[in-house]
Amino acid sequence: MWGDILYGLLAIVLGVAISYGLYWLLSKLVSLLPAKTQDKVRHWGFLLPAATLVLVILMYPLVQTIILSFFNASGKRFIGFDNYKELFTSADFLGILLNNFLWVAIVPFFTVAIGLVFASLTNRVGPSREKIFKSLIFMPMSISFISAATIWGLIYEYVPPGRPEIGIMNALVTASGNTPQPWLLIDDFRFNSFLLMIIVIWLQAGFSMVLLSSAIKAVPEETIEAAKIDGATSGQVFFRIILPQIKGTIMSVFVTVLILVMKIFDVVLAMTRGKYNTSVLAMEFYSRFFVDNDSGAASAVVTILLVLIAPLMWLQIRTVKQQETLR
Amino acid sequence: MKTTPNGLDSVIGLILPVLALILGLAVAAFIVISIGVLLIKLVDLVIRLVTGGKTRIAAAQHKFNLAAWVRNKKLGTTLMLVFLVGIWSIPTLGLIITSFRAKDEATASGWWEAILNPFGQNWSFGAYEHVLGLGDVTSNATGMGEALVNTLVVTIPATILPILIAANAAYAFTFLEFKGKELYFSILVGLMVIPLQAALVPILNAMKWLNKNMHIDLIGDFPAAWIVHSAFALPLAIYIFRNYMLTLPVALIEAARVDGASFYQIFWRMVMPMSVPALASFAIFQFLWVWNDYLIAFIFVGEQKPVMTYKINLLLGQYGDGWLNVTAASFMSLMVPLIVFFSLQRFFVRGLTAGAVK
Repeated sequence: MWGDILYGLLAIVLGVAISYGLYWLLSKLVSLLPAKTQDKVRHWGFLLPAATLVLVILMYPLVQTIILSFFNASGKRFIGFDNYKELFTSADFLGILLNNFLWVAIVPFFTVAIGLVFASLTNRVGPSREKIFKSLIFMPMSISFISAATIWGLIYEYVPPGRPEIGIMNALVTASGNTPQPWLLIDDFRFNSFLLMIIVIWLQAGFSMVLLSSAIKAVPEETIEAAKIDGATSGQVFFRIILPQIKGTIMSVFVTVLILVMKIFDVVLAMTRGKYNTSVLAMEFYSRFFVDNDSGAASAVVTILLVLIAPLMWLQIRTVKQQETLR
Repeated sequence: MKTTPNGLDSVIGLILPVLALILGLAVAAFIVISIGVLLIKLVDLVIRLVTGGKTRIAAAQHKFNLAAWVRNKKLGTTLMLVFLVGIWSIPTLGLIITSFRAKDEATASGWWEAILNPFGQNWSFGAYEHVLGLGDVTSNATGMGEALVNTLVVTIPATILPILIAANAAYAFTFLEFKGKELYFSILVGLMVIPLQAALVPILNAMKWLNKNMHIDLIGDFPAAWIVHSAFALPLAIYIFRNYMLTLPVALIEAARVDGASFYQIFWRMVMPMSVPALASFAIFQFLWVWNDYLIAFIFVGEQKPVMTYKINLLLGQYGDGWLNVTAASFMSLMVPLIVFFSLQRFFVRGLTAGAVK
């Protein structure tokens, strides 16, 4: 244990020293070149380490993954589209796609909606109370998915009838005279997936609240006053005056949560291991690769996920480009 | 396992009581508030009647209108928020309380009964002693102390290294002109969205290859996690730092250029110190990200040097072990983020909003 601590400290000191030295060396190398060439290559003195890491650890493996998806389980034999055929003809995989679709359809919307409610309520109670309420709502954001799974696993806990229920949900059910249920096993209408979604909404609503709250505060007071003078009700003020002016923030929160939800994995792993029809794409990758040892099928699953995420990449790049032109 | 036959009945059986509970609380709150407001109005009336006759001017000046006071203090909204925040905090509360209960009591009754009857309970640090290895027995749950150290050893270098590398790159993207700048930056922005999983298999294969052919063993130790975490943090970090550096005064930097400072000196002496707020925000974001990460730690460090999320996930997979150990372990892993959260809340919020796209 002390060895590990020393190791970590050494890594910090050496890591900083080496990277500092590396950049120093690069700038020295650049300065040795003739003045004209210097202007052409100077940026590499700052970019090279980052570019290397991004190329070697991100981009090259990304391409490699797509190629691997056309190979067999051990990655040795080319098998064309067989992995994809196998996936798209399996009912389980189609169910997984349905789950991903449900996650995407439900979680971002409710995260934004609940965040909006919290934001408009906390904005009304004055700065000191606002701060307390906001910290408490925002707090789950710092909790890992795995710990959140413990927290909510306790809530959904099922004890067979006869012994006392220690999960809130079943305690309520038994208190109202019904039999306790193993909630996470109920897959009618994907009920158990909804239970997992609640966890992510719980984790993310605070984030949504914080962003939307500052957006609401930035709405010019005059526009609200003017509407009130014209006799608008508070509902009308909210939906017709405030909402249109914070549309941009709503979109960016929505997209952020959407991206997160498309890649959702840890919660499903820790709660159900992807069983009982709760699996999603990222979870399926995990079980194909680590349980089945099938790098081909696992890569195909990720490639499908990449294809689904691609439009969001494009959206992201476009938004950033728009911001650039505004500068 | 298939659904129990009366599964849906019980779903309704759950939703109804919950709805009833919420409705009941709302009605109760409404009644309490209404009675309160009525009482206040009554008191107000009495005060006015009492003070009304003789000290009319004083009464007019200091007219203490309690109803208006309630409205000014926003008691209605506050009560509603207290209720909502209560619901929001119940899950975490359950975890914390369960982890401090005695073993037999934790299985014999719900944690809420411990709140309702706090003095009739046996509170205990037993679970913490067990997961830290201080107790007499050991199990899979023991070793959280080492896991805490491992998590720190993974997290801190994986937070510092990408900051250094990304700040350099962001500097080039902000203050230097070069061919293909726009394109490279667009690629980086696109890469922010890429799921980790998309690169894992080839990285793992490459590390296995290195092990076999060059005898460099990266898997199962910290450096692999540092490298992968750093690489995956770069696109976002560069993006955040560049956005911040764009707000720095260009004139100052040009003046330094005129005075003969090299680009390298300008970076370390001027741009880095001025970018500290952005660096700090990202540091917190990255720290929590790595601290809470499961996948990279699982793949590249694994069971040799288990981190906390790894241990907790293992415990969650064991049935019949009860909730004590896993709640204690989870609370241990929660504590550091919570401390970071409550002490550095302002930076934390800024970091998370800046890192919104990850």
